[in-house]
Amino acid sequence: MYSRFHTSWALGIAVFGTIAGCARSPHPGEAVAAPSPPGAVQGVIDSALEPGVSHTLVTTDPRAAEYYDNADAVGTGKRLFQQYNCSGCHSNGGGGMGPSLMDGVWIYGGRLEQIHQTLVEGRPNGMPSWGGKIPDKQLWQISAYVRSLSLPQTLQANTGPTPSQNPAPVPRSAGQDTGWAAPPDTTNDYGATLAGPNQ
Amino acid sequence: MKTSLVSVMWVAFAGNAWAQSLPTPVPESEVFSREEIGHALSAPTPEAGHTAANPANAPQDDGQWTMPSKNYASTRYSSLDELTAANVKQLQPLLSFSLGVNKGQEAAPIVADDTMFIVTAYPNYVYALDLTKPGAPLKWKFEPRPLPASQGVACCDVVNRGGSVDKGKYIFNTLDGQTIALDVKTGKPVWRTQLGNINIGESITMAPVVADGKVYVGNSGGELGVRGWVVALDEDSGKLLWKAFNTGPDKDVLIGAEFKPYYDGAKGKDLGVSTWPPDAWKIGGGNMWGWMTYDAELHALYHGTGNPGPWNQLQRPGDNKWTAGIFARDPQTGAAHWFYQFSPHDQHDYDGINEQILLDMPFGGSMRKVLVHLDRNGYVYVIDRKSGEVLSADPFGPTNSTRGVDLKTGRPILNPDKETKLGQTVRNICPTASGAKDWQPSSFSPRTGLIYIPHENICMDWMNMQVSYIAGTPYVGADVHMKAGPGGYRGALTAWDPVRRKPVWSDKENFPVWSGTVVTGGDLVFYGTMDGWFKAVDAHTGEVLWKHKVDSGIISQPVSYKGPDGHQYIAVLSGVGGWSGAVVSGPVDPRDGSAALGFVNVMSDLPKYTTAGGTLYVFSLPH
Repeated sequence: MYSRFHTSWALGIAVFGTIAGCARSPHPGEAVAAPSPPGAVQGVIDSALEPGVSHTLVTTDPRAAEYYDNADAVGTGKRLFQQYNCSGCHSNGGGGMGPSLMDGVWIYGGRLEQIHQTLVEGRPNGMPSWGGKIPDKQLWQISAYVRSLSLPQTLQANTGPTPSQNPAPVPRSAGQDTGWAAPPDTTNDYGATLAGPNQ
Repeated sequence: MKTSLVSVMWVAFAGNAWAQSLPTPVPESEVFSREEIGHALSAPTPEAGHTAANPANAPQDDGQWTMPSKNYASTRYSSLDELTAANVKQLQPLLSFSLGVNKGQEAAPIVADDTMFIVTAYPNYVYALDLTKPGAPLKWKFEPRPLPASQGVACCDVVNRGGSVDKGKYIFNTLDGQTIALDVKTGKPVWRTQLGNINIGESITMAPVVADGKVYVGNSGGELGVRGWVVALDEDSGKLLWKAFNTGPDKDVLIGAEFKPYYDGAKGKDLGVSTWPPDAWKIGGGNMWGWMTYDAELHALYHGTGNPGPWNQLQRPGDNKWTAGIFARDPQTGAAHWFYQFSPHDQHDYDGINEQILLDMPFGGSMRKVLVHLDRNGYVYVIDRKSGEVLSADPFGPTNSTRGVDLKTGRPILNPDKETKLGQTVRNICPTASGAKDWQPSSFSPRTGLIYIPHENICMDWMNMQVSYIAGTPYVGADVHMKAGPGGYRGALTAWDPVRRKPVWSDKENFPVWSGTVVTGGDLVFYGTMDGWFKAVDAHTGEVLWKHKVDSGIISQPVSYKGPDGHQYIAVLSGVGGWSGAVVSGPVDPRDGSAALGFVNVMSDLPKYTTAGGTLYVFSLPH
């Protein structure tokens, strides 16, 4: 009945997921430098707090590169976001059963490899794991769409109560983010000030 | 069924209405009047007797509050009369207690043996507070530690509607699908039974009903293609005694020789299969996440059934039995006695799981044993609870999705203008998906003969979209945007006369009234608002006599009890959230009107009025 989930690409994703899931702890005495050379750290780092280093480690995944500045990726991702029922929890980016994706707050990181990792592994508070269930290319496309939802260009294109219909491509600068939240030039700052009902 | 992925046509909404400004209310001309569409089998005969609950279901008040509904009749009537219209202005907060959870708190504080028991929203902490000592210190706290991932299958905030105390146990459910009985003295589990499976989207949010040595529980998941069921557990051991599904073949639904529905539409073999496309009943909803009612007088169990899934009605042609209706069952065996469907082939998410109040009521010149059910679809149903015959059905809020209920067939008369369509938005449907009222329970006073209905005044725009079933994910297929109903206010507390079939008074509220109500022997009605006011109003007139601002909006069930000192106390939990309050309690963005299944569209201003919280408040007169 749901045969699309039972194809051979599942294996590769499962292996990646396994590696990513067990590589968080730095080995004692291991030199840490930033940015890390490819392969020095397995998996994707989520935390902006890296003990003892002068600036934050960034892990990059070469597979992410092609999904930056890629209008086709966000367009396809938007369609997939609906078809895989991502929208059931995250609505059109505003959230509901799952958190908002359009507020520029990234609990598990907002770079494409971090979003991708979240999709692959799932997250403990209710995000299902999709590694091995959705083709990896599609997970990257969904990641691009998800990242696009809080881009100023995407937000500016919203005209009514159904946002995220015209997702802007994710600029490469969004992939330079090393912190907990995305840098100011790629995020909106909605919510910083809220006026009361009589203001 | 839906093995292929179908492209979805997106429809951009016209205009520049930014979701942070509220949508225009539905005009009065869009809805039918009560007189136009209300129906009854006979004219009111109030002279035929006094409306009250039977003592078997509402025994003499002992001053405790051992179950959320107060008694089996579900009157939520406290006979305590220390508080009156004359002195309620002096009511003052006695104590508050942080629940440590800032999610929607929907539970009723339970009072038994001078102890108060509270279960919170996920992670479903249970607190026992000692009411005999100043400040009600903690006796114990129990952390059930439900699976964190269960938060991901909770459709409408991670709420819990409460527990019950019986025979030395506090019995409640957890979001991840367990029923747990705690020793009231120690807080240690006597038993815990795993009933739900989050990997197919099941969760449990309802308050179990404890009666006759059994614990009755139902599952949630109507927005995730979960097949609804109810079970009976042995109260002493937690062992499963019977399980009845609400869709599928008769043997699963426990439909057999004893099944004698009143209307022909419920007669026939395996209607829970044949009224669906092939196999759709397996993922068709019909969950029981609201109020089950045990009838100690007639030895019956009544429970509604939730909406059919998916919301996109075009994917499930047929009546979709046995969703959006009500069963009467044998509590011993689960065998179905009768069934009535409020919303056959529901198109608007009108779950049938709201409360039923068991009353002896004059109708047609004689006293009848009825249940009064206030449905999401907007009607007050008065149903003969022996036979399942609908005696009257009247709208209590703005309605245009139907033009009344045909009392010959029992079927609602659909308004074709408000039937939902694929890829096309149908506007101004009333009531909205969450109903003219949702789960928040009413109360009934035998002194006034009135039912105090906490409800909404919200309508919606709806567009169906093709949706695929993926286990453990939402199975909805609709883009919904809610808006205020005629008048622009979003909620009301209405005093309804079930005998005369009309409202006596109605207090408008800016936000939906998502709290329950309690009515007292001093003729006061207590309820809370989503912007954080706790109010006492005159049960005869609706006049607001007292109000107190609390830390967060109120969506719970207030109670009235007698303390160890013999005085009357009023208790309520604050903590806004739930489906309507997700824009505050959840990480939800008010700019997306479709967020939280479309509720955000009409609640985008709530963050200006309240913040997330979770606190017990107890009030009393100074003494």
